[in-house]
Amino acid sequence: MEGNGLTWNRLWLCAAGVAIPLFPFFAGDQFLHVMIMAFLYAYLGSCWNILCGYGGQFSIGHSVFFGIGAYTSTLLFMRLGISPWLGMLAGGILAALVGLGFGFLTFRFGLKGHFFALATIALCKGMEIIALNWDFVGGAAGLVIPPHDPSFIVFQFDKKVPFYYIMYGLMLLSILVVFLVNRSKLGLYLAAIREDEAAAQALGVTLVKYKIYAIVLSAFLTGLGGTFFAQYLTYIDPTFTIGIGMSIEIIVRPILGGVGTVMGPILGAFILDPLAELSRNFLGGYTGAHMVSYGILLIVCCLFMPNGIIEIPFFARIFGRKVR
Amino acid sequence: MSLLEVKNLSKSFGGLKAVSKVDFSIEGREILGLIGPNGAGKTTIFNLISGTYRPDEGQVIFQGRDITGLRADEVCKSGLTRTFQITKPFLKLTVLENVMVGAYNRVNSRKEAAQEAREILEETGFGRRANALASTLTVAERKRLELIRALATRPALLLLDEVMAGLNPAEVDEMIALVRKIRDDGLTLFIIEHVMRALMQISDHIIVLHHGERIAGGQPEEIAKNQRVIEAYLGEEYVLAKR
Amino acid sequence: MSMTTVIFQALVSGILNGGIYALVAIGLTFIWGVMNIVNFAHGSMMMLGMYISFWLFTLLGIDPYLSLLFSIPTLFFFGMATEKYLVQPVLAGQPFIQVVLTMGLMLLLENLATIFFTPDYRAITVSYGSSTFAIAGVRVHVPRLLATIAALLISGILYVFLKKTDLGKAIRAASQQKEGAMLVGIDVRHVYAVAFGIGTASVGAAGSLVLPFFYAEPHVGLVFLTIAFVIVVMGGFGNFIGALISGFIIGIIESLGGIFMPGSTKHVITFGVFILLLLFKPLGLLGK
Repeated sequence: MEGNGLTWNRLWLCAAGVAIPLFPFFAGDQFLHVMIMAFLYAYLGSCWNILCGYGGQFSIGHSVFFGIGAYTSTLLFMRLGISPWLGMLAGGILAALVGLGFGFLTFRFGLKGHFFALATIALCKGMEIIALNWDFVGGAAGLVIPPHDPSFIVFQFDKKVPFYYIMYGLMLLSILVVFLVNRSKLGLYLAAIREDEAAAQALGVTLVKYKIYAIVLSAFLTGLGGTFFAQYLTYIDPTFTIGIGMSIEIIVRPILGGVGTVMGPILGAFILDPLAELSRNFLGGYTGAHMVSYGILLIVCCLFMPNGIIEIPFFARIFGRKVR
Repeated sequence: MSLLEVKNLSKSFGGLKAVSKVDFSIEGREILGLIGPNGAGKTTIFNLISGTYRPDEGQVIFQGRDITGLRADEVCKSGLTRTFQITKPFLKLTVLENVMVGAYNRVNSRKEAAQEAREILEETGFGRRANALASTLTVAERKRLELIRALATRPALLLLDEVMAGLNPAEVDEMIALVRKIRDDGLTLFIIEHVMRALMQISDHIIVLHHGERIAGGQPEEIAKNQRVIEAYLGEEYVLAKR
Repeated sequence: MSMTTVIFQALVSGILNGGIYALVAIGLTFIWGVMNIVNFAHGSMMMLGMYISFWLFTLLGIDPYLSLLFSIPTLFFFGMATEKYLVQPVLAGQPFIQVVLTMGLMLLLENLATIFFTPDYRAITVSYGSSTFAIAGVRVHVPRLLATIAALLISGILYVFLKKTDLGKAIRAASQQKEGAMLVGIDVRHVYAVAFGIGTASVGAAGSLVLPFFYAEPHVGLVFLTIAFVIVVMGGFGNFIGALISGFIIGIIESLGGIFMPGSTKHVITFGVFILLLLFKPLGLLGK
């Protein structure tokens, strides 16, 4: 199912691409909020996809990179007055370094599959414990970003609209990155590694090197998202930001939409986030209803659509691309 | 100086000696065949040379460099590529993409890799299948892909592991022609094969392995008449009965 | 108390905790070893066992140890059904789908429990709930001791079952060589379901056994699950004698660590051990 140039299917996407920037002129705050969260999770899902969908190294600990981004920029702003934009960069770099270290340890020892996933969980839990107990980063109380006069430089705004465009831009960036990686040597090598490590190695692919490229890139980008989140909420809660719950949120959308595809995470987020908001409105009273539906969703996906919703002809035609 | 020199190569698994003090060398642009009954240790030799296993003893010297114990990807990068007996295509990738993985061994840009891959596919007569998913290929086609993909890495020495197994006679002939062409283009080949008529036709020299040891080496005609070789394949009783 | 007594007490407590950890891990390693699947919902099954015993005690006054007679079979069949309808279809697929499936199940179970049972911590008080006796200046907590003994018993029973019974041998055959087992007529699918049932039943039993001294709450399984993973990796997956020994080791390490590190930070040691294991000995201390 390949799209050729400008077909009707592609027109849908273009229309969406044009319409989305126009929504803030008509829509209310709640709608914008849902869209911002959709952009954010689509973005995070794409970043995760680089390592896990394309690279095949399944991580349930991405909230670590997310949290490091959030904490770094916030601390730099609170303690040193550094603009969160620079802090975002610093956060991304720090997250990338953690990814590098973790990847180096795990990949050098050939951790794969279940074992790698378990290691990411251990990393996640370990980081969460540190965040909860380390006063320097706010301990269990987390961090509250002191309000400043809204301006671009301090990354604080009194309306949702700027956040909307920033996150939309980041989401487009992630789509672009994934698309470029996909077409590059890194992308093909990752696909080969995912399909058959021994064969890839026999063809000259240095496994550890390329897996590390993937995790560093993935971690860096995920970290940027963390900063956005911190600035948007103006509050960092350690368990919510760095805990396993966030890791699960990150992986649910790509799994729903389609792991290892460019638009899978986007599709997943745009379907799930509005639904999540709706269910929050109707079932909000029940703590846990949210996660119950995630549980059911994941189970149903695994049983009936392991390759994601994007395989359903309706969506496949719209997105018109082949799955790696 | 030989292209490949293997000295005193040995490997045990647990208590079992899979390969024992094997010596041989390969000259440039020749085709060396490796035969022996099942379990003789042939694929193990490939694994030892290509870096999948580390030898317990011995040396592998390739183009004057000691490559003993190097990792599989390092060996490939130094110019020695192997194929697998049970093919390992990248199933979710197309034929072209599979070959590109090989081509990326020498280039870095997508354009170049795609171009080289396409060229090699055309030269080897597989161009029409370039956009097929590897998972849709037949056994014979997969063997072909395995070979072409390895070629794309531009090796100086190519190790082919039972590239003819499971092919019908017509396909075998095609493969023989392809292998000859590869050699004529300047490559050196080290081939494990069970399909005897193919091997006898194309090899310049043959070495014979039995129970991990080299028991014979020489030109195809000599090997065919060698008592020890016949014994190894058919058993002592046969040889005695023939007397 | 002198330092030696403190350490000795920590050792004893560690062993007793270790017995419980081992019991949780035994089910997990069994399933992993037989079917090569990592069951993230394992802790939730323990949680179910705890709630079953809790409600039986609260509503009908049935003693937790007695409720084992109910919780074990219930969770056995629940495990079998889970395997048959949820796990079986994804066994042939990619490993990450299996991981996601069991995680989804975990989310489902824990949050259904949150909805129906509320997030409140539930504890029961039984007459022997805090009874201890002293040996050589060290206090031994009776319910913990009983749980540890139960862990040993269950391991023993499992061992005998696997070695001596036909079904046990079928399970061993299927776990080592699936195709071979099918060729000799073993219904591997049925065997897998039974194995999953056994694994679930043992962790459910663990739940009932710890209820006298541990609270029940929807996410209680997570705490035990993470420790169980460490134990399973240490003992070697499939090796439940290894899980038993490793359970004790982890219990002791944790207990000794607790002397020096406050509160929940001692868990960091466990994670450190975990990562070291994954790096250097992912097949277990006793593995290749």
